[in-house]
Amino acid sequence: MTDEAVNLAFARTKMIDAMAPPRAAAGAIGWLRMNLFNSWINVLLTLAGLYLIWLIVPPLIKFLLIDAVWDGAGRDDCLAEKVGREVGACWPFIQKKFSQLVYGFYPSDLYWRPNLTFALGTALLIPLLIPNVPYKGLNAVLFFGVFPIVAFFLLVGGVFGLEHVETRVWGGLLVTLVVAVTGIVASLPLGIMLALGRRSQLPVVRFFSVIFIEFWRGVPLITVLFFATYMLPLFMPANWSIDALLRALVGVALFSAAYMAEVVRGGLQAIPRGQYEGAQALGIGYWKMMGLIVLPQALKLVIPGIVNTFIGLFKDTTLVMIVAIFDFLGQLRAAFADPNWSTPSTLFTGFAFAGIVYFIFCFGMSRYSLFVERRLDTGYRR
Amino acid sequence: MAETMATSSPSAGPNQPATGATPVPKMQTTTNKVAIEMAGVHKWYGDFHVLRDINLMVERRERIVICGPSGSGKSTMIRCINRLEEHQQGRIVVDGVELTNDLKRIDEVRREVGMVFQHFNLFPHLTVLENCTLAPIWVRKMPRREAEEAAMHFLRRVKIPEQANKYPGQLSGGQQQRVAIARALCMNPKIMLFDEPTSALDPEMVKEVLDTMVQLAMDGMTMLVVTHEMGFARQVANRVIFMDAGQIIEANAPQEFFSHPQHERTKLFLSQILH
Repeated sequence: MTDEAVNLAFARTKMIDAMAPPRAAAGAIGWLRMNLFNSWINVLLTLAGLYLIWLIVPPLIKFLLIDAVWDGAGRDDCLAEKVGREVGACWPFIQKKFSQLVYGFYPSDLYWRPNLTFALGTALLIPLLIPNVPYKGLNAVLFFGVFPIVAFFLLVGGVFGLEHVETRVWGGLLVTLVVAVTGIVASLPLGIMLALGRRSQLPVVRFFSVIFIEFWRGVPLITVLFFATYMLPLFMPANWSIDALLRALVGVALFSAAYMAEVVRGGLQAIPRGQYEGAQALGIGYWKMMGLIVLPQALKLVIPGIVNTFIGLFKDTTLVMIVAIFDFLGQLRAAFADPNWSTPSTLFTGFAFAGIVYFIFCFGMSRYSLFVERRLDTGYRR
Repeated sequence: MAETMATSSPSAGPNQPATGATPVPKMQTTTNKVAIEMAGVHKWYGDFHVLRDINLMVERRERIVICGPSGSGKSTMIRCINRLEEHQQGRIVVDGVELTNDLKRIDEVRREVGMVFQHFNLFPHLTVLENCTLAPIWVRKMPRREAEEAAMHFLRRVKIPEQANKYPGQLSGGQQQRVAIARALCMNPKIMLFDEPTSALDPEMVKEVLDTMVQLAMDGMTMLVVTHEMGFARQVANRVIFMDAGQIIEANAPQEFFSHPQHERTKLFLSQILH
């Protein structure tokens, strides 16, 4: 019996130093075995995946690169029976229609104006997106405050000796970017205000926000655009006319603001009450509490949702086509009608190009949002 | 017997009526000496009567420890003092300012009353230093340099100046709570409220936070502390208040409170926690 008592007692005599973990699965082969072939289901899935890649990628490369026609002046260069070989993408079509796809029917001698606008926008946006570049505040003021005004006068003209260009002749990527950037830049602050309004203690503010959000979320964007373009003028005095593009812009901005509001509200709900109380106990007022403490955390949480809305908005801009504003895709479809380029591969080439362009923008936004998420993660790391 | 004790003014300490939790006649409210005055305060959550006829007068430099079973209204009471909770009846005067619906006055009071929470409530997206300088810069309009110097001073006082540039998530619970104390001190408060500051901490970290609070008490800060750390109460409190069912049941100097509790409920409570 006394033996048991002895066995119960234990005291460590020597502490163990931390050791490296065992290296059972190292190197590329180890990784493959761990991740791709570690069970028979995984083996099947890996093989199926490889088969799919083999099914899709080689024909795509063949169409886009190997069989593609790179030079030409007309449809004859892209017809298999004329060229005497299999014909893939007809790139000269894109080349010849490129300026139409980018500028629409903007007067060609004034291309420098959209070009300058693009250049200015890019020059201001890129340093804004790179965290280490200094003067963020000034940069933001320039991009969000000054740039829209400059861009407006550059593109529309009518002042400083610039020739007036009606928005009716705008088109292509220019319109797509104008609509998308305006929608994106306007919808975030509007959405934040609506989200705060919906959680407000003041019944009037809350009521207005709820009505606004539910109304705009309840109607399709096409209805909004139709209404703005064709119905609104009927209700307005005859001599009162608002530019068609502007009406579409406002429609898109308000529409996406309603979606944004709900995304932001989701983030606000995730912030614990203690954060509000911590701020209040320090005597910090409502707006400063929201701006300095609650929103930075809430927006960080919903970055995926925000970027999701941005990407959706970017692609939805193409709906302006139905109210006779020819954005990038609209110009592409107009270009298809050119008999000079009607070949079997024109349609595929055009849509492949459009797909690539949209993908670059959307994938760019997606990757950038991941980068921002990782960067802002520091505050919560345990 | 218990009924009369609970509803009428407690007979705790006839030897020191000025600091007892007796209903205070209004003429005694001199803003100079009195830090907090609560008179006939009632509060309801819906139909639930959480605070019932709270009468409490706290003088400057006084240290009060509030204890009682959970749900007795301790936290609610001290949260009424900086209006994190609204009271529906009675009056609360903090540093000469009566708390009403006037938002300006509420912010005025909150600037002068620091609070430390059970769950720290640090701002996780800001560094320790930024946590401490945020309110001085944005509320007190202090220049950044000055605010940072003041923050470093208080971080040294709570003995964690070396953590200034870390984020709260990288610190231990005890360190976070000390940052929370420093953050409150940066506003130069006249009164400090502590709402169970050690309840969420690992046992090994309780002491470092209590040491900081003892230090603060010795420096003469007016403190209201909701806690069950009876050692702390014995060491620093001028007065211990026991609450149950939304009422102040007993108030007395710690020596008397622990050795000769008057009320049955107090005796029961003390026998449960002091084994």
